[in-house]
Amino acid sequence: MALINESFFSAEGLEKRLAGKKFWKVMMTEYWIPKDINFLWALGVVLATTFSILIISGIFLLMYYKPDTALAFDSVNYTIMQEVSYGWLFRHMHGVAASVVFLIIYIHMFTGIYYGSYKKGREMIWISGMLLFVTFSAEGFSGYMLPWGQMSYWAAAVITNLFAGGSLEAWGLVEWIRGGFTVGDATLTRFFMLHVFLIPVVIIGVIVLHFYTLRIPHVNNQISDDIDYDAEAEKYLAGNKRESKVIPFWPVFLSKDFAVLGIFLIFYFYLVFFNFEFAMDPVNFDPANSMKTPTHIYPEWYFLWSYETLRGPFFDMFGMKAGDIGLMIFGLAQVIFVVFPFLDKDPDVLPAHKRPKFFIWFWVMIVDLLVLSVYGKLPPIGANSWIGFTFTALFLLLWVSLPFVTKSDAKARGAL
Amino acid sequence: MRELKILAILVFFTGVLYWGVEPFAHSQMHKHVEPADFTFEDVDGLHGAKGNAINGKELVSMNCTACHGIEVAGFTAPMDDASAAAAYGVTPPDLSTAGHLYNADYLAAFIKNPAKASHVAHKMVDGKVHPMPSYDWMQPQEIADIVAYLQSIAPKEMTNKEAFVNACQRCHSAKYGDFRFDGTKSSMAAKTPDADISKYMGTIPPDLSQMIRSRGPEYLEEFINEPAKHLEGTAMPRVGLKAEAQEQVVAYLEEIGDSSKDKRASAGPKFLGYLVIFALFAWLWKAKIWRDLH
Amino acid sequence: MSNTNRRDFLGMSFAAVAAVGGAASLVGMKQAWDPLPSVLAAGFTTIDLAKAELKPGEPKTFKWRGKPIFVLEMTKEQIADADAEGLPKEYHLNIGDKTYTLVIGICTHLGCIPAWKGIKWKCACHGGEFNPSGKQIFGPPPKPFVVPPFKVEGQVLTLGETGPESTAMIAARA
Repeated sequence: MALINESFFSAEGLEKRLAGKKFWKVMMTEYWIPKDINFLWALGVVLATTFSILIISGIFLLMYYKPDTALAFDSVNYTIMQEVSYGWLFRHMHGVAASVVFLIIYIHMFTGIYYGSYKKGREMIWISGMLLFVTFSAEGFSGYMLPWGQMSYWAAAVITNLFAGGSLEAWGLVEWIRGGFTVGDATLTRFFMLHVFLIPVVIIGVIVLHFYTLRIPHVNNQISDDIDYDAEAEKYLAGNKRESKVIPFWPVFLSKDFAVLGIFLIFYFYLVFFNFEFAMDPVNFDPANSMKTPTHIYPEWYFLWSYETLRGPFFDMFGMKAGDIGLMIFGLAQVIFVVFPFLDKDPDVLPAHKRPKFFIWFWVMIVDLLVLSVYGKLPPIGANSWIGFTFTALFLLLWVSLPFVTKSDAKARGAL
Repeated sequence: MRELKILAILVFFTGVLYWGVEPFAHSQMHKHVEPADFTFEDVDGLHGAKGNAINGKELVSMNCTACHGIEVAGFTAPMDDASAAAAYGVTPPDLSTAGHLYNADYLAAFIKNPAKASHVAHKMVDGKVHPMPSYDWMQPQEIADIVAYLQSIAPKEMTNKEAFVNACQRCHSAKYGDFRFDGTKSSMAAKTPDADISKYMGTIPPDLSQMIRSRGPEYLEEFINEPAKHLEGTAMPRVGLKAEAQEQVVAYLEEIGDSSKDKRASAGPKFLGYLVIFALFAWLWKAKIWRDLH
Repeated sequence: MSNTNRRDFLGMSFAAVAAVGGAASLVGMKQAWDPLPSVLAAGFTTIDLAKAELKPGEPKTFKWRGKPIFVLEMTKEQIADADAEGLPKEYHLNIGDKTYTLVIGICTHLGCIPAWKGIKWKCACHGGEFNPSGKQIFGPPPKPFVVPPFKVEGQVLTLGETGPESTAMIAARA
């Protein structure tokens, strides 16, 4: 029987209809998280907050932005930046958040790699997370086009050119993506649609998936201990908080999240007000000009390492053109982290400092990505080209060696 | 403790990445140039001559007012902006403010040989001549008299906008100074029509509305003082602005290009102050909750 | 039991009908993404060489489909150099007694627009260089400048149409 007799206007009546108390228990007060965590575990909530900042600041920008090549630049740099109350604040917040979100994404990703939070049941969390990386990348790329500055135009021109597939010369595909022969009004309006509607909707869906895939395997912990959640939860609920290895999502886990968030917001708003040029490149304050190439074209910092792999191979090899090799590596670089769980041949879940060879692999990868990022910004002349080539090769080598490195650690431990 | 160690590692790597991608990369991409020289050392200037403004007035009315207006002295410009631009390639400036804006030695050198002093001689090829003739046939004293006259009629003070209008607007528009949504012509459009200036210079000088944000004050100081420093072979002349006048021009660019700068500077500390309090409360709450757990 | 078979068949046919509808919708959506007819039609530009006031050895830039088009009337020295290099006659555009380079002025490396530096085109982005025939001579560009399709009628060129001269020029670069 599904009919409820208690009045709609009573506490019991509402509870019977919506099961709010039960929902609260399942999602919050009896959703168990390990106690042995550090502040890196708070980055998920930091990301959710940053994403919310992007959406809310985006909503206000959307009121005044004009997606038309003749109007876009001034709608941003005159109307929003100088006329709208707090328009400058929303624009700065949106631009800086779009950049900082990637810093947090990378730290969040590498936290997962360090602690082994991508295997033995957590593969779907990892894959949905990588899907978020790809969709956020698309969101960042499409958003950057909108102010229609010189960098907006030329980054769009260079990247859409890549879809010709190098030697494949699929120019029809490039024109289809652009909606015309060159990056123009048709390109701007469709990327506006992607940026404001389609990609955010997809991102929200994937976030829900990401949260869902987390529930059954549970959040990992600093020593990668395999916790008996039922037993530990019982201890906690019985009042034995000190001995229990778990904490409830609300209020305990979230209280730590909020504290970390407080520090993050100080850092973030400092950038918004006082140090924003890394996120709002001066070159983009020149209106787009299809007949004048800026002296230096470069993507936002978070794309630099993969952009450098595109430029890394600068001479023909193995019977293939340099441009084609670079294009293949660039394409691969966007998604290669997805296969991490399947290249790691170590059956145990352990933090990297308990896996000696993997520990070295981890830090070499970080340094490699840092070097690729810095050189991705520099003009590819002279020694720069050779460094780019070497560190791109190193990047590929790291992936090829991953199965062997992880197997070696496991064997030394006696696990294989 | 471990969390501080983790934070230190994060800060270190983020710092290295930031340094590499920002200050280091930009230092590699932008070559170092000499700072601005407001003495205009290289010009064939006054050489210390003292001018007589009364003599200068006669010389000016006989030699200059055929092309230049001088409103403050009652000389109206012989042609309107558009006709003058069609005839000469660019609208000749009114000379009322020249004595205040431009360096005296530069003015002397410019009157003697406009293309040489303004560093556009490299553009005068294939029969192209500077619209203003050279007056190097005059006596040095006469040149000094002309400069003295211009200084005597010039205002003692100008607003930032007036400095810009007089020094730059003949060639450059600054549409954010008078933004029109209805398609009517902005009062901050360039005085010389696009068709004329593009024939004269080979290109249309860019609108300056966002130059303060795309170039920044340091670059602009070096650039306006000597464009060729940053843009080799450019058609933009060196205009000979005095340091204070140039500062005013840059200040105007900031007024129209980054007018919310002051609001940013004042709101920043307030936001950060609030967030420190927020973080403090968040930590206190967290500490209270976690006290029972260890 | 016989009911099951009929139900399966019906179920499968229904799924097929739904799939066909879905596929048709996707085709329609793909077409909505296509460049508009008006955008494609705007893709023809004429250049009248008689009125273009070209000076030998000094290229001019025209615009076609938003892209820069370099047109260079070659000097005797430049033609001699091209012969010495072994470039066939069809590499260039020959109209009457004049020889032209006519190419899309976009660097074949990563799409920047090179600048003419007196004797060759130089790309500021990564240092690539192209000679007066439009052939890559230094740096990362893998191929010569691309030749656009065009038709020749007397002294008038229509970019966007195809003609035997442009087809030959494109083939000479293959």
